[in-house]
Amino acid sequence: MRPNDPVALPVRTPEDIVRMRQVIREQAAALGFSLVDQTKLVTAASEIARNTMVYGGGGECEVRTLAEGTRRGLRLVFSDRGPGIADIALAMKDGYTTGGGLGLGMGGAKRLSNEFSVDSAPGNGTRVTLARWK
Amino acid sequence: MERIPILKMGAFLLVTIQVDMHDKLAMTLQDDLTARISKERARGVLIDISALDVVDSFIGRMIANISGMARVLDAETVVVGMRPSVAITLVELGLPLEGVHTALNVEKGMALLRKRLGTPV
Repeated sequence: MRPNDPVALPVRTPEDIVRMRQVIREQAAALGFSLVDQTKLVTAASEIARNTMVYGGGGECEVRTLAEGTRRGLRLVFSDRGPGIADIALAMKDGYTTGGGLGLGMGGAKRLSNEFSVDSAPGNGTRVTLARWK
Repeated sequence: MERIPILKMGAFLLVTIQVDMHDKLAMTLQDDLTARISKERARGVLIDISALDVVDSFIGRMIANISGMARVLDAETVVVGMRPSVAITLVELGLPLEGVHTALNVEKGMALLRKRLGTPV
């Protein structure tokens, strides 16, 4: 494991999200992800980071390298201390939004990831974990 | 404040996005472009996104919005230069940008605008 792994990145402003995308892309490229896989992971991260910022009131993204035999991957954990999600199944549905967006963020990010899970309860913040393998 | 420049060329407006897009920047571009279309009485808008390595649902929606708003203001929009990895990701994300005209590069985009507007080359 490299010295700065895992790395925790702030997700509070639009500029934070731009920086976070750059770090994730660099890490994915260093692990040998194809351009398409890099783009899918960074796009999924961008969707969830927006939720962390807008709905969660800001939080952080932890980026961790995964190794399983010769397989390599990246796991991203987004956490915030916001109001939480009352109905996770509903939030995952394409087209459902409470914020006036397209409602594609959660479902889209799941489709772009190999592993995806949401842990949240009203009043307890939200934790979204996603991973993509090379 | 950070802004994406809009260039006027005849009846067309040209936008080349050369920076990492974030939500505020996308909203500003949407507002600036619609104001310029109206002010310059532009007939066509060409948006070059070849430098963008990520287009997520927010940026994608902004592109679709600009195209729709331009149409209401009697202008055509063509988006050019989308990277193949971005195209694959957008469709998988669930945002195929239906109704948005696209072309592979600036040259083909200009040709498409001229053809659609019936203006001589």
